[in-house]
Amino acid sequence: MSGQREAVFPTRQSLGMMKSKLKGAQTGHDLLKRKSEALTKRFREITRRIDEAKRKMGRVMQIASFALAEVTYAAGSDISYQIIESVKSARFRVRTRQENVSGVFLPQFESFQEEGSNDFGLTGLGKGGQQVQRCRETYARAVETLVELASLQTAFVILDEVIKVVNRRVNAIEHVIIPRTENTIKYINAELDEMDREEFYRLKKVSGKKERDAAAADAERAKESRRGSDKENEGQRTNDVLGEQNDEDVIF
Amino acid sequence: MAAPASEYKDRQFLAVIGDEDSVTGLLLAGVGHVTEPPDSQKNFLVVDGKTENSTIEAAFDNFTQNRKDIAILLINQHIAERIRYRVDAYSAAFPSLLEIPSKDHPYDPEKDSVLKRVRRLFGE
Repeated sequence: MSGQREAVFPTRQSLGMMKSKLKGAQTGHDLLKRKSEALTKRFREITRRIDEAKRKMGRVMQIASFALAEVTYAAGSDISYQIIESVKSARFRVRTRQENVSGVFLPQFESFQEEGSNDFGLTGLGKGGQQVQRCRETYARAVETLVELASLQTAFVILDEVIKVVNRRVNAIEHVIIPRTENTIKYINAELDEMDREEFYRLKKVSGKKERDAAAADAERAKESRRGSDKENEGQRTNDVLGEQNDEDVIF
Repeated sequence: MAAPASEYKDRQFLAVIGDEDSVTGLLLAGVGHVTEPPDSQKNFLVVDGKTENSTIEAAFDNFTQNRKDIAILLINQHIAERIRYRVDAYSAAFPSLLEIPSKDHPYDPEKDSVLKRVRRLFGE
């Protein structure tokens, strides 16, 4: 784990790249962490509300069942068959709209009544019509509660998933990407230092050799020039030999 | 990250799997819908003592997977108990699955699959 690094050549360019990558990873980590916190806050609120709504649902459904019992009492037990058989089109429908929580779209159900369709116009016409009407209203309210609960629950399911994904990313950046980038930077720095030292040593060697060569060349030249001056002297002497001063008068 | 809009745009009905009383009540509220013939499909299933578990499962699968117009599936808790492994395995966001109490079986939060998840998440 600690020895992991990316496969890059240790150059100054890739060092710069790695440094900017590390900076980006840290910024991203901070942002994602903040997002995760915001979502978790929301998530806790939703779970609390689900708990409340479930309790409320228990009460509401109890009242609704009681209203239905009144209907069966007043209109006879075969009313359920009448109702089940006369269903045609839904009057009570839901539509969904979206709510944006830090970049996550949470759908919300919203109930509405479709106008103009009533399947139970004649239900309970003989007897118990009033009870049927009241029961319908009670159940409509109960279903509204249920729809509210359902949207909370959907938000719960989606948020749960999203929070998992975000936390996985946060952890991946914190425990994999950042250490690996740091390792790579360390590696590149070490390699660059090593190359610096090598280069310095090489330059020293080269300059030492150059000095030695120059000294040798100097010595050579000095020797050469000394020998050369001797030769010149000799030449002068020869010139002298040919010179006038030695040219004595010839006495016959 | 979140579900795309096409996932739930057309979902506008509620579906019910329940005993006779619960279904009757919910139908009275106006949730019932029968699609046009020839292949008319109801969005509710009445379960009594004689209904096989396989019938409930088939309806559950039909409402959760095949039909794309259902936004919320309501199921009586004592019926959910009969196909509990299917309910617990269900984790999709749409349609949203809701366990409701029935007249004879009061609501027990201990059994609810969502509340179980809530408790597991908070380590209680």
